[in-house]
Amino acid sequence: MSTLITSPSRAVIIAVFFVLLAGFPQLNQDFYTELVTRVMIMSIFAISLDLLLGYTGLISFGHAGWFGMGAYVFALLGTKYQLTSNLWLTLPAAMLVTAFFSFLVGLFVLRTRGMFFIMVTLAFAQIFYFLFHDVKALGGSSDGMNLRGKPTTAIGNWVPFELTDTNTLYYFVMVLMAALLLFMALLLRSPFGRALQGIRENEHRMEAIGFPVFRYKLAAFTISGAFAGLAGYLFAILNSSVNPEMLSWHQSADGLLMLILGGMGQLWGGVIGAFTFMLLQEVLSTFTKQWHLWLGIAIVLIVLFLPGGMISIFERIKGIWKRRFA
Amino acid sequence: MNTNLLMQTVDLCRTFGGLAANDRVNISLRRGEVHALLGPNGAGKSTLINLLSGDIRATSGQVIYRGDDITSLSPHERSLIGIGRSYQKTNIFPGFTVTENCRLAAQSREPRSGHIFSDAAAWSLYREAVDDALTHVGLADVADRRAGELSHGQQRQLELAIVLATRPDVLLLDEPLAGMGHEESLRMIELLRGLVASHAILLVEHDMDAVFSIANMLTVMVNGRVLMTGTPEQVRASQEVQEAYLGSEETHHG
Amino acid sequence: MDLILIQTLNAVQYGLLLFLVASGLTLIFGVMGVINLAHGSFYMMGAYLAFTLTSMTGNLLVTIVLGTLLSALLGAVLEWALFSHLYQRNHLQQVLLTYGLILIFEELRSLLVGDEVYSVKVPSWLDFSVPLGSVMTYPAYRLFMSGICLAVAVGLYFLIQRTVIGARIRAGASNRAMVQILGINIDWLFRLVFSLGVALAAFAGMINAPSATVSPGMGTQVLIVSFVVVIVGGIGSVWGALLASLLVAFADTFGKVFLPDYAGIAIYVVMAAILLWRPEGLFKS
Repeated sequence: MSTLITSPSRAVIIAVFFVLLAGFPQLNQDFYTELVTRVMIMSIFAISLDLLLGYTGLISFGHAGWFGMGAYVFALLGTKYQLTSNLWLTLPAAMLVTAFFSFLVGLFVLRTRGMFFIMVTLAFAQIFYFLFHDVKALGGSSDGMNLRGKPTTAIGNWVPFELTDTNTLYYFVMVLMAALLLFMALLLRSPFGRALQGIRENEHRMEAIGFPVFRYKLAAFTISGAFAGLAGYLFAILNSSVNPEMLSWHQSADGLLMLILGGMGQLWGGVIGAFTFMLLQEVLSTFTKQWHLWLGIAIVLIVLFLPGGMISIFERIKGIWKRRFA
Repeated sequence: MNTNLLMQTVDLCRTFGGLAANDRVNISLRRGEVHALLGPNGAGKSTLINLLSGDIRATSGQVIYRGDDITSLSPHERSLIGIGRSYQKTNIFPGFTVTENCRLAAQSREPRSGHIFSDAAAWSLYREAVDDALTHVGLADVADRRAGELSHGQQRQLELAIVLATRPDVLLLDEPLAGMGHEESLRMIELLRGLVASHAILLVEHDMDAVFSIANMLTVMVNGRVLMTGTPEQVRASQEVQEAYLGSEETHHG
Repeated sequence: MDLILIQTLNAVQYGLLLFLVASGLTLIFGVMGVINLAHGSFYMMGAYLAFTLTSMTGNLLVTIVLGTLLSALLGAVLEWALFSHLYQRNHLQQVLLTYGLILIFEELRSLLVGDEVYSVKVPSWLDFSVPLGSVMTYPAYRLFMSGICLAVAVGLYFLIQRTVIGARIRAGASNRAMVQILGINIDWLFRLVFSLGVALAAFAGMINAPSATVSPGMGTQVLIVSFVVVIVGGIGSVWGALLASLLVAFADTFGKVFLPDYAGIAIYVVMAAILLWRPEGLFKS
């Protein structure tokens, strides 16, 4: 457990995944490159939620609030108030603002548990939804806002790269996703990460053996909020628009669905879940106009029969393989 | 001031609705002493141990630790100052290995939460505390097993190992022998005997043989009140206690 | 002054309506420990039932009686087929499964009745206005609605607090195993509670249909507000649901009047304030 990569076969799979991912844009299919960029951004969103859900055991139904907030920070800075469009200023700003507000909301909501916590997180996300929907100063409009353009990466006179290029944006997002995965892997084996998992496993005993559980939860809530803000920021850049629906509970539910599809508390669950969910959506919507119906049915069936997600299928196959060939 | 007096309560009360689960309870815990809490079901023993560990808030009265009033401290704050508690209903981390269970407990003493890039399992600081605790309770050979897969007796041992890994001065033990067989109970009692000199121990236990073999101080509770506090001889000789309790709640081994 | 009176009447009416929906939600939470996101869909279903059944029968009262019975039946079937399997599941699975149900219900509605906005006619014998003071008037149907909702609320109170079944429901909420040992069939008890919750929500949708429009988004809207009611009132507390419903309704109604730009967040501000004071809602069950 003390190494990052748990087995050589895992290392190979991860390497192959990144090779494929890195090679993909070279096919120069802009539509698909953008699609995969979108999926990677949703992976970041799902991974940030996993820190809370899979590792600390907190079911937040308001995670989209941070996602949308990160997007709107860019919209307000770059388009509405035209203060700056610089990547190196707006990206940290998006994360700091979402971190700040998730800290504040965390102070409120982390005193509750169970069903109450689920509902209260939803309600707070709704507050932000309505703020961005109704308040003119915050871009208030049910149609959202179109953005003036992608952020510039200029530092003085030097422009390292242009995010207006589809492939460049793709690689930028890919690097961020990989960095987040690395960060998570390190975090989870650190004392802090172990404590979070201990809280998920037995919160009462963690308190009893001397851990200030509230503080740990608050830290996890804040960090996960900041990364959701990052995902939202990237999403705004990709679409060159923002919309209050980014903060809707449907978006929060999508995050939860990705994790139950991919597997929670498993580092790669967010990535697997995001890819699977997007795939599912694409496939269903090409076949039928009523794809929501089939998605709903799929969700019901998965929850009833496969609550461990896709990863549990892998585990089962691995188990069968071992028994057959051991 | 008696420096062996680690913990005491002053007229500690806890009411639930109209019911006084603990009514003006006074008890003292000293280092080098095993202080057993006796009483029939509903006497208030669980409530008292919960009040001492901080799992329940007192309605009135005080809990004093090393001369300081700790009545308002939360369970985690109490753990950090040296009060450790084990639970009657096994309260471990079933999904983690035995080692990880103890390691987490040891980590609470040195949280190092800022070190987000280092591997918690690699730290010698934690490793030593884990080895100590596991060797002490006799679980060293199952260190790598998932805690949920241990036998009941082993889980009770782990329950104690977790507490020991937090290096407490006061041990609040809630039925440590619960569900254990004869052999296991004897081993546990020997283990506890080894801890007496360096800790103040409060023991809630239904196994009378165990209690009388190890306790040097007894408090008998009935209906939320302390009926009497004294040495085993004094308690055994007391008429009141005979009538109220002994003879109906005994369990014997062998 | 008359404006205040009218808005107060509106708030009371909305509050009582919310109470019918939220009480079902909080009962299902409190008794079975299940979080049901699809609860708003039952309200929407009631409204659409009102539309279709009045189109067929032309009589609102018959519609309401028939619709309520049908909804209760549907509730029982749903509980038997799906929800009974959720009691043992964790919260996340409950949340996701019931979310999936919302998607299914929405699409079914779309397939069966379409996505248009409909209206239901107020029955002619209630289609008049009651004068208030010298200038203003108030729709009689709304007063009728408030009256009916109040009557149902009182009936619910008596059911829960004063009947044997109510006692069993309350007992089942606090100690499931004990109730089973006492020989009470917990399965049927839960089925009853669930059906009751569904029927209440559907009834609310039906009775409100002539007063508002029947539109696709109504289920989601009422669900989230119901959640706020349950948060403010406390999980499992019917009394809390009543107080909270009125509080939320007043906040929403007067919020729209005095601060139209911030109308959407008025109820959440109230919620946050209550949570500061009582982190688990007004009445912890």
